[in-house]
Amino acid sequence: MFDPFYPFDWLATQIVTRLLGLSVESHLGASLHFFLYDVPKVLTLLIVISFIVGTFQSFLQPENVRHWLEGKRTFGGNILAAMVGIITPFCSCSAVPLFIGFLEAGIPLGVTFSYLMSAPMVNEVAVVLLWGLFGLKITLLYIGFGVGLAIAAGYIIGLLKLEKWVEPFVWELQKSRQEISEEDAVELEHLTWKQRFQQGWYQSSQIVQSVWLYVVVGIAIGAGIHGYVPTTLVTQLAGRDNPFAVPIAVILGVPLYANIAGVMPITEALVNKGMPLGTVLAFTMAVTALSLPEMVILKKVLRPQLLAVFIGLMTFGIISIGYLFNAILA
Amino acid sequence: MSPIRVEVLGSGCKKCQQLEANAKEAIAALNLEAEIIHITDPIEIAKRRVMATPALSINGKVVSKGKVMTSAEIQPLLQV
Repeated sequence: MFDPFYPFDWLATQIVTRLLGLSVESHLGASLHFFLYDVPKVLTLLIVISFIVGTFQSFLQPENVRHWLEGKRTFGGNILAAMVGIITPFCSCSAVPLFIGFLEAGIPLGVTFSYLMSAPMVNEVAVVLLWGLFGLKITLLYIGFGVGLAIAAGYIIGLLKLEKWVEPFVWELQKSRQEISEEDAVELEHLTWKQRFQQGWYQSSQIVQSVWLYVVVGIAIGAGIHGYVPTTLVTQLAGRDNPFAVPIAVILGVPLYANIAGVMPITEALVNKGMPLGTVLAFTMAVTALSLPEMVILKKVLRPQLLAVFIGLMTFGIISIGYLFNAILA
Repeated sequence: MSPIRVEVLGSGCKKCQQLEANAKEAIAALNLEAEIIHITDPIEIAKRRVMATPALSINGKVVSKGKVMTSAEIQPLLQV
């Protein structure tokens, strides 16, 4: 199969074998090759993809998304919300304004949740890292299962009629502004392509600035594992035979919010040594979807009971996906 | 003339700090009298009907959402 990353591989191999005179089979050579291959590959992907995504996201203001979801019934609405979540930008700092804005417009609670779950899970940094480190197939599976989980969990929250566990002031805001509709929704500025590219470039440089160091350090650690840690040790600790590997990976993932860029290269090295992919997928989902800062922010608008349902559904879903995957890909 | 009331809406993320700095720069460049308030409470942000931060509001009217405006972009908005 055509490998778009072949030039990076070739270059890394040349440096290790020709320039340094090492075999890629040796401990040091293997580690160096891992590092020299992954760092340029991941950083290039990150720059290119976040530029493309950032440029096209200038078409997708939250007002547009809200407009699409308005008046949608459940299930159909859940599907649409989760799909839209793939392509829209998301920052946990906007979670509360989005949540209130959606409910104000009469979008059902379950549909709002489908969006809130899918948007952070499928973000460009996670997708780039999965694609660059584990390949396209795993990335598509991650997106597919992530969206499926967001649809299912949001739908369940809708069925359970948990509106009573949203802080009452949110509903008061909704009542006081029934006539939201057109006036501020349509007032979107018209941007030229040049401005859109500028936004894309700005976003790309922001992302790279904030994660490059994590990427490099993570890959360095991964490279060390790749060259020096014996396979038997990894399969013993994190292999298929350890039934607790998936839940442990999920629990470890929760506090790692900002550091996904540093942690994924380490998991790549562990996968090469025999850690199953379902465990990696579950771990990645836990890092992106169950982020601690987002939970703290959402607590402002959700009663603890609803927050617990949200966390419980996601945790259960992510762990199930992890086990399912390890069983299928065995 | 009463001072212009400029609100930077954002939860204290890096982009929000940048927007605040740009707003200050714009005010200084025009030599205006203005007060800048950085609003970090997400509920206050939602009450202003903003769903994407950082956003900028001048005299109670939201003029930009979800992006970091440059000083040059902010200046004309301050002069009306």
